[in-house]
Amino acid sequence: MQEIFNIFIKSIFIDNMIFAYFLGMCSYLAVSKTVKTSVGLGVAVIFVLGITVPVDYLLNEYVLKAGALKWLDPAFASADLSFLSFILFIAIIASMVQLVEMVVEKFSPALYNSLGIFLPLIAVNCAILGGSLFMEERDYQSLGQATAFGLGSGVGWFLAIVGIAAIREKIRYSNVPPALRGLGITFILTGLMGIAFMSFLGIKL
Amino acid sequence: MSEEKQEREPLFSAKNLKLVKGPLNMNNPITVQVLGICSALAVTAKMKPAIVMTISVMVVLAASNVVISFLRNGIPPRIRIIVQLVVIATMVILVDQVLKAFVYDISKQLSVFVGLIITNCILMGRLEAFAMSNKPWPAFLDGIGNALGYGLILIVVSFFRELFGSGSILGLQVVPQGFYSFGYVNNGLMILPPMALITIGVIIWVQRYYNRDLLEKN
Repeated sequence: MQEIFNIFIKSIFIDNMIFAYFLGMCSYLAVSKTVKTSVGLGVAVIFVLGITVPVDYLLNEYVLKAGALKWLDPAFASADLSFLSFILFIAIIASMVQLVEMVVEKFSPALYNSLGIFLPLIAVNCAILGGSLFMEERDYQSLGQATAFGLGSGVGWFLAIVGIAAIREKIRYSNVPPALRGLGITFILTGLMGIAFMSFLGIKL
Repeated sequence: MSEEKQEREPLFSAKNLKLVKGPLNMNNPITVQVLGICSALAVTAKMKPAIVMTISVMVVLAASNVVISFLRNGIPPRIRIIVQLVVIATMVILVDQVLKAFVYDISKQLSVFVGLIITNCILMGRLEAFAMSNKPWPAFLDGIGNALGYGLILIVVSFFRELFGSGSILGLQVVPQGFYSFGYVNNGLMILPPMALITIGVIIWVQRYYNRDLLEKN
């Protein structure tokens, strides 16, 4: 149980998707103009990561890994399908995003309209596929750990995008050098926030 | 019938060359179109992985641009995204297997970022914006051009990060040993991830300073 909690905290602060791995930067830069839309997108990312990472974990554990097909027939013990993981993970992600899109459209049309094109684009948000690939690479031991990692990464991403959106709302009133306005200053701000987040590195979990 | 009305465009006409050159500066995928930042920055701490990453992206982008361009009239618009993803994922699997077979060490360093080429926005962006509506040859050039523009930024960023962070270029020591005995210390901060963002920020700053049309009003 403690292990699961550690993974959760670690993936929020120390291995933050944005500040440590730059995953999901495209939508991070494009949707972070106002806090309201960024909260919506952040929640959608938490939701999608929380679902796709465990599902991809099961897929990896029972179908793709070397020897994973043993439960089907002992003859398959030597089968190693791990080279297929990219294409199957992305298929799972695309279908999950479709599902989330339908749910959001049904229950919150206002949010659906404000997210616009970015909801379907979550499918190609690197943070989502990155979550599954990191899960595969770090070899989590149980479904609980994989879920904690997925949710934690989502929360970390959410914190990052809401933080930058709040700063960008304020920075409109500041006197930024013309050539740096918009994209340039956002990069530098993200870098500074990343340095702040590095201070969590000292925590031993 | 025998008369060839439409004069064939030369392979490297001015228009086609522009497809390659544009992305290097005025239409750079990273600093202007804001595509493909996701998997780009994490591999820039050293030059070697950055170069391998550039080549991988170039192969995947050019190949999938050509494939989608050939298929463009046969793809129903409703399912085009899934078709594009399948084509890209196939190319990435091929590149990944080749990297694992020939440069295993670098493939380990790049870790998940090779797989993340699939969701690199450059790919979807270019397929959607260019390959779906153009012939294979221009699509090929567009792919090469955008991958070069992407690689240019990657290599510049990794050059500075490796030079100041480890005092070397491509793994060769360039800061003389004498400097260290006078108390010169490598800047460890340059190796850390946030500095990649700040370096890109500065590149954007310099580029926009010289290209006034790119300024944002905001």
